[in-house]
Amino acid sequence: MRYDIRLTIGYDYGAPSDHARTLVRLLPSDLPGRQIVASRLLTIDPRPSERREATDFFGNAMSALAFHDPIDRIELTLRARAERLARPPSLDLSPDLTRLAAEIAAHPGLESAAPHHYLGASTRVASDPAISAFAQDFATPGMTVMQIVETIGSAIHQTMRFDAEATDVHTPPADAFANRHGVCQDFSHVMIAALRAVGIPAGYVSGFLRTIPPKGQPRLEGADAMHAWVSAWCGSEVGWVEYDPTNACPVGLDHIVVAYGRDYADVSPVKGVLRTSGEQDTHHKVDVVPI
Amino acid sequence: MSGPAPKTSDMREALLGDYVVRPGVADELFDESGAMRPVWAPFIDQLAKLSPEETRGHFARGDQYLRDAGVFYRQYSTDVHQERDWPLSHIPVILHETEWTQICEGLAQRAELLERVVADLYGEARLVRDGHLPPELIAQNPEWHRPLVGIAPASGHFLHFLAFEIGRSPDGSWLVLGDRAQAPSGAGFALENRMAAARIFPDPFPRANVRRLAGFFRAFRDAMDTLPGAEGRRTAILTPGPANDSYFEHTYIARYLGLILLEGEDLIIENGAVQVRTVSGPQPLGVLWRRLDAAYADPLELDESSRIGTPGLVDAIRQSNVNVVNALGSGILETRVLMAFLPKIAEVVLGEGLKLPNLATWWCGQPNERDYVKANADSLFVGEALSRALPFDIGRGSALAGVFQNPNGQSLSDWIDANGPGLVGQEAVTLSTTPAWADGRLTPRPMSVRVFAARTPHGWTFLPGGYARIGRAGEATALSMQQGGSVADVWVMRDGPALEETLFAPDSFRREDTGTLPSRAADNLYWLGRYIERTEGAMRLLRAYHLRLAETGNAEEARLTRIAALLKVLALDVGVPVQTALEPALSSARVCAGKVRDRFSVDGWAALTDLTSSLQAMSGAKRPGDDCARALGVLLRKITGFNGLVHENMHRTSGWRFLTFGRAIERADGAAAVLAAFAGEGIAPGLPDLALEYGDSRITHQRRYRIDPTRETVTDLLALDANNPRAIVYQVTAMRRIAQDLPFARVEGRVSEVLQSLMPLEADLTVADPAEITEERLIAIRQTLNDISLRLSAAYLV
Repeated sequence: MRYDIRLTIGYDYGAPSDHARTLVRLLPSDLPGRQIVASRLLTIDPRPSERREATDFFGNAMSALAFHDPIDRIELTLRARAERLARPPSLDLSPDLTRLAAEIAAHPGLESAAPHHYLGASTRVASDPAISAFAQDFATPGMTVMQIVETIGSAIHQTMRFDAEATDVHTPPADAFANRHGVCQDFSHVMIAALRAVGIPAGYVSGFLRTIPPKGQPRLEGADAMHAWVSAWCGSEVGWVEYDPTNACPVGLDHIVVAYGRDYADVSPVKGVLRTSGEQDTHHKVDVVPI
Repeated sequence: MSGPAPKTSDMREALLGDYVVRPGVADELFDESGAMRPVWAPFIDQLAKLSPEETRGHFARGDQYLRDAGVFYRQYSTDVHQERDWPLSHIPVILHETEWTQICEGLAQRAELLERVVADLYGEARLVRDGHLPPELIAQNPEWHRPLVGIAPASGHFLHFLAFEIGRSPDGSWLVLGDRAQAPSGAGFALENRMAAARIFPDPFPRANVRRLAGFFRAFRDAMDTLPGAEGRRTAILTPGPANDSYFEHTYIARYLGLILLEGEDLIIENGAVQVRTVSGPQPLGVLWRRLDAAYADPLELDESSRIGTPGLVDAIRQSNVNVVNALGSGILETRVLMAFLPKIAEVVLGEGLKLPNLATWWCGQPNERDYVKANADSLFVGEALSRALPFDIGRGSALAGVFQNPNGQSLSDWIDANGPGLVGQEAVTLSTTPAWADGRLTPRPMSVRVFAARTPHGWTFLPGGYARIGRAGEATALSMQQGGSVADVWVMRDGPALEETLFAPDSFRREDTGTLPSRAADNLYWLGRYIERTEGAMRLLRAYHLRLAETGNAEEARLTRIAALLKVLALDVGVPVQTALEPALSSARVCAGKVRDRFSVDGWAALTDLTSSLQAMSGAKRPGDDCARALGVLLRKITGFNGLVHENMHRTSGWRFLTFGRAIERADGAAAVLAAFAGEGIAPGLPDLALEYGDSRITHQRRYRIDPTRETVTDLLALDANNPRAIVYQVTAMRRIAQDLPFARVEGRVSEVLQSLMPLEADLTVADPAEITEERLIAIRQTLNDISLRLSAAYLV
């Protein structure tokens, strides 16, 4: 499936800020066998004094921007053409939780895809007793890791209500879960906390969803903004499997990947520090059109 | 002479009669056979010759020195303004140089090992891949910062300055208890310990044989100066700021070594270069000796909640444009659980075992080790595996010698099973004891020694002594200062006199560039000048009121109520206690001063502290009138003392200019405000008089005009007299002269914005006639002064 992606994110600041610096993670990358990015272009207005392209620890494309002169607004525009490749349906060769623990322990190395990074607490996902107790109920002996991932993911979808107004970008997963509502970021953080609680390495994926659904199918939640979902390590044979708890579906041809991390803090699309005391206002618009 | 002198052995007996070494414990003073170690004998004999009163007197001199020098430490988790006296244990720990040399050989090997480990963890991570370190202990370690992975340090080394906490175990051998690699603190305090010791034990013998400390600091500063890219660029200490518990030390070392002291907001990153904002514009930095934890260093790539970091610093380091001492990320070496693996890693990477063992440590994430810890919990400390706390800093979630209090009622064994990979067991070693003074005699206390190491082009060099932590009676677990422990000097004793080492080698005299002033420091000095002057003005006005109240004795009298109303216009309330009225300006002054403490002489700081404490000590019950007037007189003399110290003694650098500019603008503004407030009252009797008192110009007035003060004469004296330091025009001229000495005073033939505003004001005032200085004119002058302040800020201070 091929898509034209167009994204605009803008920030207006109440007061001009000098020496603004921003880290942007918006450029989708090639993923062998899964995603091909034919073209990608990020334009920034006003033009930054410095711009450096780099790859972060997780392999994500990262643009470091600096503005020497005072600015009172930034607008970022991404235009990309990407293709999602169909993968053959994978057999469930994942182990049970006991064997998973042994496979994790046996996995050497600290490369970014190593499962060790995705257990325990990370910046935005602390362990939470309520989420842990919830998760334990769905991880019964005899289930495979892939089954547990799907079961927990759909349980979260059923338990939590999508509400674009109820939470913000700083809401901790424990709060979102306690109130049973949130957006894709909250659904994903809660699912990550739940999977880690039962010993399954879990990470955060940011990306895009196609805007207009195929004929006869409902429009997916989260299509009008950047989207997020979960990646879970299902043992050394299967590796990483992605699941979208906001829509209770496996990740497939409708999802375009931008960045991987342990949680939102590792992939936040625009991270900036401004020496300004004023209010700021943002706008955000995404179009993902199949071609 | 009458009677025989007491025998040495008797005098020793009086001193050491109660000194009983506990069985199974090593002691610094006595060896295992019970004989005094020879290295201590000269010191003990000297101490024994003193009467208890003399000894107390000597100790008091040391304590007085530390108080005068402003040495303090701050407790975390308490009020940031709470400063404690430095808890000096007056008796030094004495070690022979031979033993010290062996310790240093072991630590040099350890420093090399730590460098290899940290380089691997941020490089290829072979130690993990090859199974020498469990991956989860790195991947889940909060001090392993992913954005730093793959960055090779500009200097080629991660580690440049380390500290090791070491202790002596019961069999007499030394053990490493903990490694400090993030931002080791204490070396500055070691210097102060030594300065205090020199006052406590003034006799040259046996101190003559004690190795000096200064050479170490010289070697380290020279080493920083020779790092690649350091030439021609400045070296700075990066501090988390005054709220940090060792901020005093940062200011102290900055002053001692002639380095600039910076906070994160002083830095800007442009095109990958790290620069400091100064009053002369951005200046490049070559070396950052950081004293803040890595996580806070860059909110863009590290902890995004940090308010004390510099956005873009990690990217600048990535571009290899600055040397960071120690490299960001080095803090991971402090992780407790690493000690379980380092002995084996030493054999793998160095090809030899540790020369100095570390505390035996077992990680409970391994089944055999966990079983061992459970079976031996009675003789172990059990705590968090990833903690960076030193042993004996016992926090929540830890157990010592089988004593464990779990709120959930869990047994120790269940707790270990439930949290295995998160826990370590460590040998609960019984540390050696060393003499401390208690009730006129020496008594044994547990101790550990902190050894500082610096990388130089010729290898690691060590600070010979200076710092030991001393616990409370009998408790090896109470070494932490935060828990009532204390700190002692450590003397490394040679057999002959030690060579003199001072900071400046005789053949390398050089006049340090007095440096460019960071904008934030300039800002604080400017506002310090303003707040001090504001306080002084308030004191003068309040005193004038209380003097009149003392004369009439009736606060309701018409003249007094009118003065009170006028003071209210000037934001002074005569109805509240004097200290309440003065507190806001003075505490603001103190906050500003606290942020530029490295730029103050010890005397200047002491004068300011004295002023603040005098104000705080004023009882709230000072009666209005005479009592208050007299108290204010005392405070005025103290504040004048502070000003005198600053203006007589402070070097005429940019810092002095901003401080003085602040004072001048505040004084000009104060005079304008008083004249404006009083001018509105016409020529009400007594008011011109009050203005004169405010301006400290009564005598000048009498001599000059020979009539009772009128509005005109007072305005002439306080606004237009170019020879009166209390006059507006005098201060405006002073400001103009300073502004001409500031950077960018004239660029391409055009004077600076500050001068563009100052020069017309000066000209106006020079030619004005007293009758023209109306209330409106005074208000306009104040607006111009405010405009000058804004222009100064915009040009130099932000």
